[in-house]
Amino acid sequence: MSEAQKQTIDFELVSPERKLVSEPVSMVVIPGSEGEMGVGPGHSSVLSSLNPGIVALYTNNNEEPRKIFVAGGFADVTAEICTVLAEEAIPLEDLKQSEIDQELKDLSEDLGMASEDADKAKIEVRIRVAKAKRRAVTGEAIF
Amino acid sequence: MPSLSDYRDRIASVKSTRKITSAMKMVAASKLRKAQDQAEASQPYARSMAAMMARVAGNISISDSSPKLLAGTGSDQRHLIVVVTADRGLCAGFNTNVVKMARQLTSRLRADGKDVSFVCAGRKGGDLLKREAGDSIWQRFTGIVGKSRVEYADSDKVAQYVLEKFEAGEFDVCTMIYNQFVSVLTQTPTTQQLIPFKMPEEQDNEEKSQAPEGPVSVYTFEPDEQEILKALLPKNISVQIYRAFLDSSAGEQAARMTAMDNATRNAGDMIDNLSLQYNRARQAHITKELIEIISGAEAL
Repeated sequence: MSEAQKQTIDFELVSPERKLVSEPVSMVVIPGSEGEMGVGPGHSSVLSSLNPGIVALYTNNNEEPRKIFVAGGFADVTAEICTVLAEEAIPLEDLKQSEIDQELKDLSEDLGMASEDADKAKIEVRIRVAKAKRRAVTGEAIF
Repeated sequence: MPSLSDYRDRIASVKSTRKITSAMKMVAASKLRKAQDQAEASQPYARSMAAMMARVAGNISISDSSPKLLAGTGSDQRHLIVVVTADRGLCAGFNTNVVKMARQLTSRLRADGKDVSFVCAGRKGGDLLKREAGDSIWQRFTGIVGKSRVEYADSDKVAQYVLEKFEAGEFDVCTMIYNQFVSVLTQTPTTQQLIPFKMPEEQDNEEKSQAPEGPVSVYTFEPDEQEILKALLPKNISVQIYRAFLDSSAGEQAARMTAMDNATRNAGDMIDNLSLQYNRARQAHITKELIEIISGAEAL
């Protein structure tokens, strides 16, 4: 790096099964558990857990950001690289509202039938994720 | 003495066995490549996870308020051993090596008066341990490896089961035994302690080489170290188990490939041997007939 500030930050999105995205971006917005966080080059080092939500990649200031839905995970940010560990990551355009509504309906039925607390807690987590998905699709999320 | 047709039958049967073993070898070879690719692809996640764990764990000291997954329950009386094997056999010592190691560990722990229970991932491990372990096998998981790819969701089931049992306070220490994939020719049975969390030494070096040069940056943790650690620890266990499955799956195919290669070669040797004996017997038969004819003619 020269004395001039580097204009991009490397962004990596990895799932346990493979590396999904690895490219330089000018800024990335991640859904941190303490609030959304914009990460650009030279960001201070942060380790944060993530809420289910949208990761938005800004490659160029004028372009529409590329949006990817993640169902929680962790982000490891240093000045040069932002690594997001996610178990489930879906490009936003692949999410269909009808499918999510169906999923939500199924899940709430499951919740009604679940008897044990442990099962209920699990289903509630999935509902939270599905709701976040719907917010992402309907654009209720902050962008 | 076996008749000529006996020899012919045996040669035919060994030949078809050879066909099967060589086909199995080729199937294993192609599966091995896929399994290796998959293991490769999962590396970035495991590496980042290890780096994160190192950072967080290096930042806090173990106290009474630390999560139990890190600090332990304060006792080491009840052990749980996760045995990772293949679902199928015909892969030489692959399964037995792991089980042998599990047996050694068990007898050592039992000699110290500890309680030992098992979770068997892979059908073979459960089958081999059934006799001595019996009721202490809590759960058996099958159908995780052996498919075209190891799904994270499947291995996560094992992790969730182990974590649930730990939350319920049913064991203190969890150890995993699996075949580490060293090379196509070598798979080493390896013991890894999952709970309480232990930092593997080798990752220290990796962490250092990954660390950016210059002044060490101070990390901010969101929410805080404890919270992150609480979320990271179960994930880490899940990832470790997933990695063990991937290693085991690649190792299984490699072991099967080697075993089938040997079997094919042995079958070839056997066919050579039998053909030799067959020819000898045929020659002896012809000679005998000739002698009979000649001596019959001489007697006239």
